[in-house]
Amino acid sequence: MNMQEIISPENVVYQKPRLMNDHPMHYCPGCSHGVVHKLIAEVIDEMGLAEQTIGIAPVGCAVFAYNYLDIDWIEAAHGRAPAIATAVKRLNPGKMVFTYQGDGDLAAIGTAETIHACNRGENVVIVFINNAIYGMTGGQMAPTTLDGMKTATCPYGRNVSLNGYPLKISDLLAQLEGTCLITREAVHTAAAIRRGKKALRKAFENAMAGKGSSVVEFVSTCASGWKMTPEQANQWMVENMFPLYPLGTLKDK
Amino acid sequence: MANEIKLLKGNEAIAHAAIRYGADGYFGYPITPQSEIMETLMEEQPWETTGMVVLQAESEVAAINMVYGGAACGKRVMTSSSSPGISLKQEGISYMAGAELPGLIVNVMRGGPGLGTIQPSQADYFQTVKGGGHGDYRLITLAPASVQEMADHVALGFDLSFKYNNPAMILTDGVIGQMMEKVVLPEQRPRRTEDDIRREQPWAALGKPASRKPNVITSLELDSAIMEQNNIRFQAKYKTIEASEVRYETFKCADADYLIVAFGSAARISQKVVELARKQGIKAGLFRPITLWPFPTKALNACKEKVKGILVVELNAGQMVEDVKLAVECKVPVAYYGRLGGIVPTPQEVLEALLSLQV
Repeated sequence: MNMQEIISPENVVYQKPRLMNDHPMHYCPGCSHGVVHKLIAEVIDEMGLAEQTIGIAPVGCAVFAYNYLDIDWIEAAHGRAPAIATAVKRLNPGKMVFTYQGDGDLAAIGTAETIHACNRGENVVIVFINNAIYGMTGGQMAPTTLDGMKTATCPYGRNVSLNGYPLKISDLLAQLEGTCLITREAVHTAAAIRRGKKALRKAFENAMAGKGSSVVEFVSTCASGWKMTPEQANQWMVENMFPLYPLGTLKDK
Repeated sequence: MANEIKLLKGNEAIAHAAIRYGADGYFGYPITPQSEIMETLMEEQPWETTGMVVLQAESEVAAINMVYGGAACGKRVMTSSSSPGISLKQEGISYMAGAELPGLIVNVMRGGPGLGTIQPSQADYFQTVKGGGHGDYRLITLAPASVQEMADHVALGFDLSFKYNNPAMILTDGVIGQMMEKVVLPEQRPRRTEDDIRREQPWAALGKPASRKPNVITSLELDSAIMEQNNIRFQAKYKTIEASEVRYETFKCADADYLIVAFGSAARISQKVVELARKQGIKAGLFRPITLWPFPTKALNACKEKVKGILVVELNAGQMVEDVKLAVECKVPVAYYGRLGGIVPTPQEVLEALLSLQV
C-alpha cells in the first residue's frame, strides 16, 4: 500500500475543523487558545450554525480570533463584548451569538458588562479564557492572578494585601438568576478537551433554546507569560491553578 | 400610523420620531435632563408594534457598546444621554468612527464640568465637534432649535450616518429637551428586514453565507501602512461630508449690519434679540448653524464683507466663537456673549451685548 492509497476519505481519523482557515496563528506554542478555537469551530459546524453565528472578539491575545474562524465577527472594545453580544442577540433573536474573552477583559475592565449581561439572562455564550495573566500586553497581573504569582506588574508576586484576591468570577456568575450553565474546563489532556467540547456544545444549545446565559471558563496556560515550556505550563496549571479554580460544573439548570 | 400633530417635550419627540423612523433599537441609561426619551419609549412599548428593541443598560458605557453591536449588524440603533454620560460614551463613539459604523447619539447637554448642574448648557461643543474620543475622527453633529427639529433630526441623523457609515449626534440641551411645542410627527415607516439590511449594508455581521467571506467589524489594524490608508480614507469621507452636508438657517441676514451666530436654544433667544434690535433701528440678523460639524464655514465667510460685526451667543465660555473667527478669517470683529453653568441669558442681556458691538 503506497502513501496515496492511505490518504483517502475513508481512512480519515482527524482533520482540521471546516470553519478554521489557513491564516497563520499568532498564538504561542503551548497556548490554550488554539485548542479552544478549534472546539468552538467544531461545535458551530456540527450544530449547522455556521451561517447564523456572530462571534464577539475581545481585546487581549484573542483579539485576532476573527482571523481564524470563518464566521462573521465583531471586534469589541476592551471588556465590552457582553454589551455588544446583548444588542446583537436582542436585535437578531434567531442568531447564535457568543463572546470570547480573557480574564482581564471579562473579570477586570468588563466586570460590569459581564455581570449585567448574565443577570439579564441574555441568550448568549461567554467563552472565558482564564490564564491568570495579561498575555497580549506582555504578562501583567490579571484579576485571576494567583496569590504570590509573579507577573510584570507584581514582580515580587501578587500580594493580596496590596492587590486584592484572585477573582473567582465564575463562582460569582453562578449565583445570578440569569445564568443557566456555568462550567470550568481545561484543554490540557485529551479527556479534558472532550469534556470541554461537550460543555461548549451544551452552552451553544442553551443559547439557541433561549435558556439564558452560559459561561464556559477554560482554565488555560500562557507558557510565554508564565515563562515556562508548554509542558511545564500544563504541569504548573494542574498544580497551582486547579486548586483555586477547580474544574467541573458550577451550575447547570 | 399617519402624520400626527402632538404637543410634546423635545425629549418625547425624539422617542416618538425614533419609533416612526423604523429604528431597530434604543439602548440608554437614565440621566437628567433627558430621561424622558427612554421613559417615553418604555411607555410606548414599540417592541409590541414595530419590533423595536428598547433596553435600559447598566451604564452609558454598556449602552454605547450595545449601539456599536447593533450597528455592526447593520441595524438602525441609537442611544441618548447628557453631558457626564456622553463623556463615558466617547470610547464607543471613537470605536464606531474607527469601524465606520452608523448610529445616532443624542446629547441633551447640561452644565459642567464634572457632575455640574442639570440646567441647560452648550458646553460640550468642543467635545462634540473637535473629537471627544481618541483618534482623528469627526462626528456628524446636528443642533435642533425646536421640538419639531428634535423629531426631524432623528431621521436626518440616521440618514446621514447610514449614508456615510459614520456616527451622528443630535447636540441639544435641557431647554429644547424639556420645553413643549407643537410637533408634526412623520408617518410610521416599517423597520427593514434582514434581507434589506444584507442588501443595503453588505458589510454587516449578520451571519456568513457560504457565498461570501466573513464580515469582520473592527477598528484594529496593526500594520501602520494599512492604518494610515484607513485614516486617509476616513479623512476623504470627512471632506465629502464637509462639501455636501452643511446645513444652516438665516433670519433677516440679507440687509444685516450686525450678525448674531448661535445654535440651538441660544439661537431661539437670539432670534428674539434680532427683532428687539430692529425695533431700535439696528439691522441685525441671525445665522444659525444646523450642522455644527460640518460647520457652515463657507456661508459665514461670505458674510464677512457685508457685516460690521458678529456676536456669537453660546451657553458656554466661548467655544463656537473660535470656529466663527476662523470662518471669517478675523476680517470682521467677532465678539462672544454667553452665560455659564446652566444660566440661560434673557434677550435683553444679549441685546446689550449686541449694542456694545456698534462702532
